[in-house]
Amino acid sequence: MSFDNAYESLLGGEDAHWAFGTGFSEALSGVNREFPAGVDREALAAYCLMLGDDALIFSQRLSEWCSRAPELEEDIALANIALDLLGQARMLLTRAGEVLGRDEDALAYLRDEREFRNVHLAEIDCGPGPGGDFAATIARLLVFSSWRLALFSRLRGSADPVLAAIAEKGLKELAYHRDHAAQWTVRLGDGTDESHRRMQAGLERVWPFVDELFATHAVEVTLAGVAVDPASLRSEVDGVLEAVLNAAGLTRPTDTRAARVAGMAGRDGVHTEAMGFLLAEMQHLYRSLPGAVW
Amino acid sequence: MTTALEVASAVRDPELPVLTLADLGVLRDVEEEDGRVVVTITPTYSGCPAIDEMGADLRRSLVGAGYPDVEVRLSLSPAWTTDWISEEGRSKLAAAGIAPPSRIGPTVAGPVPLNLVPPSRQVACPQCGSLNTSEISRFGSTACKALRRCHACAEPFEHVKEI
Repeated sequence: MSFDNAYESLLGGEDAHWAFGTGFSEALSGVNREFPAGVDREALAAYCLMLGDDALIFSQRLSEWCSRAPELEEDIALANIALDLLGQARMLLTRAGEVLGRDEDALAYLRDEREFRNVHLAEIDCGPGPGGDFAATIARLLVFSSWRLALFSRLRGSADPVLAAIAEKGLKELAYHRDHAAQWTVRLGDGTDESHRRMQAGLERVWPFVDELFATHAVEVTLAGVAVDPASLRSEVDGVLEAVLNAAGLTRPTDTRAARVAGMAGRDGVHTEAMGFLLAEMQHLYRSLPGAVW
Repeated sequence: MTTALEVASAVRDPELPVLTLADLGVLRDVEEEDGRVVVTITPTYSGCPAIDEMGADLRRSLVGAGYPDVEVRLSLSPAWTTDWISEEGRSKLAAAGIAPPSRIGPTVAGPVPLNLVPPSRQVACPQCGSLNTSEISRFGSTACKALRRCHACAEPFEHVKEI
């Protein structure tokens, strides 16, 4: 191996040795993935897409903060959280893809907006661009991770062993995410007048997207015993959020319901205006150079 | 000839090279059947980017040691915990200036308790041994590490966080 040229030494030999992120194998490679008897595979795939898309899209949003966070440690923290969610997304999309006949890359990069099943909370623009704020991102992380943690806690008992294993693994990560968001919420809410004002504004920004998290979808009804009914999570999540807001001296916003389109929302593939811009950025390279790996 | 278990146990973690995959508790099982070796590993975090590298390193070492037929399997359950880092692994981490994780014990069923203040774990400074240390950031250079600072010797250090 030559060290005269940095690129030669990076690219020579086995590429995976030098740069993580090249030549990835499939996310569930080598995991026992038999489908349990009696489970509706189409519905299981739809459910995995829902949970996988939540993680993928929110991961993309968190990644936007890389190099833009208020302090270096927070850059690292948000990138780490994004990485955990991306890992969860890869496993869930791979599980869905086994039924749909598409791999994780095809599902992430080659679906159009109407095929994504994530909740609106994951996709809305909370910054770092114009109109956004770090406090709004923390508010979103608090709500999202509190809800997903409660969900994964129950999903550990899923009749699908792969979903149960993904949940058991992700649960520990989500506990760190929620604690991180909760501690920031208290720090900002109970900080200066300015930090309090912005944290309250952050909550007001994301709260209209809270109700959607707890709306039961037909797929979840079909998959009793495999999926978790999100309506069953409401009191636990409300309790957590109340504890955090009380400690932070913040007021719980009253506006909990954003408008839907003909009664449909993210789980039905109907998204907010922000989604198209997000997908354009996330997908353009793979679509411009089909089959690209990096 | 060295056994496949011995070969696999000696492979080092790509991100914490002071530890072997066995020290880290990532290596779950090594089976030999008719010349074929099946290695089972478990990821530390869902998004751990080193998991492919771990599999490639295991395969490379085993092939080099005369086991041409190697299969690497991934096992997600039971989920990896820092409690699986061996005593030897903990000593190696401390010697390398990285504070090892505390023992957390088995996870309990039911809702996960919320921590509004960082848990006040007693983490000893790996440089001077002082317990007068505090957390700078819960997220460090890799998913598995937090950043801390020692108030006695003023050195910053990494801490493998409990999970």
